Amino acid sequence: PSSVPPVHPCLRDSGARSVSVDLNNDASLLIDIPDALCERDKVKFTVHTKTTLSCFQKLDFSVPRQHEDFIWLHDTLVETEDYAGLIIPPAPPKPDFESPREKMHKLGEGEATMTKEEYSKMKQELEAEYLAVFKKTVQVHEVFLQRLSSHPILSKDRNFQIFLEYDQDLSVRRKNAKETFGSFFKNMVKSADEVIISGIKEVDDFFEQEKTFLLDYSSKIKDSTAKAEKMTRSHKNVADDYIHISATLSSLSVDDNTKVEGRVASDEELKLTELLRYYMRDIQAAKDLLYRRARALADYENSNKALDKARLKSKDMAQAEEHQQQCLQKFDKLSESGKRELTSFKGRRVVAFRKNLIEMAELEIKHAKNNMALLQGCIELLKSN
Amino acid sequence: MAAEMEPPPLGNAGETDFRELEDGEDLFVSTVTTLEYPEPSSPEPASLPAEDISINSNGPKQKDVSFDDDPEDLFAEATEEVSLDSPEREPILSDGPSPAITPVTPTTMLTPRMDLGAADMFERSLDEIEEDNNGDTFDIHIAVSDPEKVGDGMNAYMGYKVTTKTSMTIFNKNETTVRRRFSDFLGLHSKLASKYLHIGYIVPPAPEKSIVGMTKVKVGKEDLSSAEFVEKRRSALERYLMRTVKHPVLLKDPDVIMFLESSELPRAVSTQALSGAGILRMVNKAADAVNKMTIKMNESDAWFEEKHQQFENLDLQLRKLHASVESLVCHRKELSVNTASFAKSAAMLGNSEDHTALSRALSQLAEVEEKIDRLHQDQAYADFYLFSELLGDYVRLITAVKSVFDQRMKTWSKWQDTQLLLQKKRESEAKLQFANKPDKLQQAKDEIKEVRSTLEGKVEQGEKDFELISKTIRKEVSRFEKERVKDFKAVIIKYLESLVQTQQQLIKYWEAFLPEAKAIA
Repeated sequence: PSSVPPVHPCLRDSGARSVSVDLNNDASLLIDIPDALCERDKVKFTVHTKTTLSCFQKLDFSVPRQHEDFIWLHDTLVETEDYAGLIIPPAPPKPDFESPREKMHKLGEGEATMTKEEYSKMKQELEAEYLAVFKKTVQVHEVFLQRLSSHPILSKDRNFQIFLEYDQDLSVRRKNAKETFGSFFKNMVKSADEVIISGIKEVDDFFEQEKTFLLDYSSKIKDSTAKAEKMTRSHKNVADDYIHISATLSSLSVDDNTKVEGRVASDEELKLTELLRYYMRDIQAAKDLLYRRARALADYENSNKALDKARLKSKDMAQAEEHQQQCLQKFDKLSESGKRELTSFKGRRVVAFRKNLIEMAELEIKHAKNNMALLQGCIELLKSN
Repeated sequence: MAAEMEPPPLGNAGETDFRELEDGEDLFVSTVTTLEYPEPSSPEPASLPAEDISINSNGPKQKDVSFDDDPEDLFAEATEEVSLDSPEREPILSDGPSPAITPVTPTTMLTPRMDLGAADMFERSLDEIEEDNNGDTFDIHIAVSDPEKVGDGMNAYMGYKVTTKTSMTIFNKNETTVRRRFSDFLGLHSKLASKYLHIGYIVPPAPEKSIVGMTKVKVGKEDLSSAEFVEKRRSALERYLMRTVKHPVLLKDPDVIMFLESSELPRAVSTQALSGAGILRMVNKAADAVNKMTIKMNESDAWFEEKHQQFENLDLQLRKLHASVESLVCHRKELSVNTASFAKSAAMLGNSEDHTALSRALSQLAEVEEKIDRLHQDQAYADFYLFSELLGDYVRLITAVKSVFDQRMKTWSKWQDTQLLLQKKRESEAKLQFANKPDKLQQAKDEIKEVRSTLEGKVEQGEKDFELISKTIRKEVSRFEKERVKDFKAVIIKYLESLVQTQQQLIKYWEAFLPEAKAIA
């Protein structure tokens, strides 16, 4: 069983990578992940910051970070009350090398049944797949940070700055901040959010529309993502079959081609599926905003009821009144920033889709043309023999 | 000795022939002449070993036995095939050592001249058949089409139209159409196999029977899978016939010609159990049984050892490839299903999208993916019919090749067995020489001499058969290799061309989609 060696890929392939639109625009705070290391199961990202802002101690610096650090940052932002009215960029998913690792293992087991050439081709494909997973995870972590840095409010968050700058291990901080009930509780609550969101009586047209749209769109995009993943997996299977076939053909000493389907599958994966996957998570983040707002509205309604009760009982009226005011304020604030966030979110989404659909179409065309040239070359060769 | 007054020792006959042949005379005639009347012995018999004379000393009976046995068989078949007036026939003795003139070892049987002549003639006649097509170039095209269900219920069957278009003179007409059913094809194969397999010809196997497939058809299930089954079978039958006629010897077989031309064909019986592969399996099983009983053959011919190994390898590779291609077909069908489902999902997403331009773009994307799905389906079809079926054909063909190799071993072992038996008889005969009872002795000696010389004839025949089958196999293998390379090349080129077409379509679709994506504002 072969284990994947530590990889130091150079990932300066900016244009093709990013799913989201150009986020790294503001020169006052530029963030990127220039490289990453993969050791066993852990990925170590090098987070590089270039800034002109005075709140930072240096102008140009890098720190090593693990995936768990990103999650910590995301969770602290989510739990910050002040940001309740903002769409918090979705947390990057855990790096998942399970699929290529399993395949690599299977390949090792089946080594005896294949020719040397076949084995090395399969190995190459797997290494490429591994690299693709790797690139993807770096990209997704990078985009998360860039979303934060380009957000007028979130970029100023103290924890964000610590994340970028603190040159010691963050794990100590992480342990302290980690509420044991935190993520578990969140997940429990999340399943109820759809009910809550659809339950409240909406007073605002904008939010009414957004609610309808987001709920519907969310389920559709989940479906599309799943189907796109299935499609790309099938494509990969076809590509793998071609590898086996070409290996056997060459041992029968008949000229052949390959790589016909392989590259298409992996690029398709990067474009379409990633786009959908990313926006699936983003939609979830937007839904979370709606949820928080709905909660705030529910709180407000409850506080109204409490005030009415207090008035009836003529007891604790001042307290109830103050509470009601607070709830109202919170709700209004949420609604206002929510509106802003959701509008810019839509804009972002449209632009991102456009960019990725164009890139995907262009890639498909490029690949089809390459394949055609390759195939025609083969045909010429065979005919001339 | 009285013997020398009898019809001349066969050696003499041979010598006479030799001289006559040098004058370019018809071999057949001169051999017959030798049989009809005794020619005065030439002074040369002394050069012949004593054994030869002793054969002839037994009178006409012996002679008859020697002459009548094998020649009949050979002549019978020879008259079917040979063109006696062919000017291309070379003098027989240029074909290597003739035992009649130069006995190689004491144990070499002196064949009655007839045997040698006839055996060589049969061999030659098939050679000639291959090379001399009466001036015809190979020009024949067979199409199997119009599958039609005949009858109802479990007795129903599929009838196929077989159209032969040719300019070759062995056929009566330039274009003939007949109707045949599947069992007719199996019957044809079974006849060809029984005639040609045991002498080393690679007879193309007929398509496999399929109980499941046919039952569906019989029951009248008119769905996609039974339509696919019928098409698969039709295509397989066509390939089978084309392969059969591409073989220069099989092409001229009267059964083949009758199959292609007769409007009525006697119903092939006992094809219930026999299919092309079935026959081969039977033959192979028999060969295996023989192998288990015999000593491993001392392969003195390295060529056969090598080729045998090559075919074993080829068999493995082809089966592996076949499995990979079947997996490819399966995965591509899966891909098609998943693409279709994604297309639907993308359409729904587009409907749900409130930004108009993006919505339209997503719907367009859905349409593109739908078209691509159909492309995938077509490609899967090509994968299957071009590639996978060809591989299946060759896997079965290799079985035929292997059986032919086994036939050679069987022939060898039969020869060896006869030789062993002869050895025993000779020993018994030698023992008799030193026995003490003179009156019974002569009778026993006569009996054993009879048996022994029959065996000597059989041993000689066995060797001839072995040489013949070895020679035939060499030719067949080289022809097979050439055909295989040609076949594969042609199919692979066609397959690659189908892939090119798919890519071209993909380019078209995506290029049409691109402006829609760019139009998102």
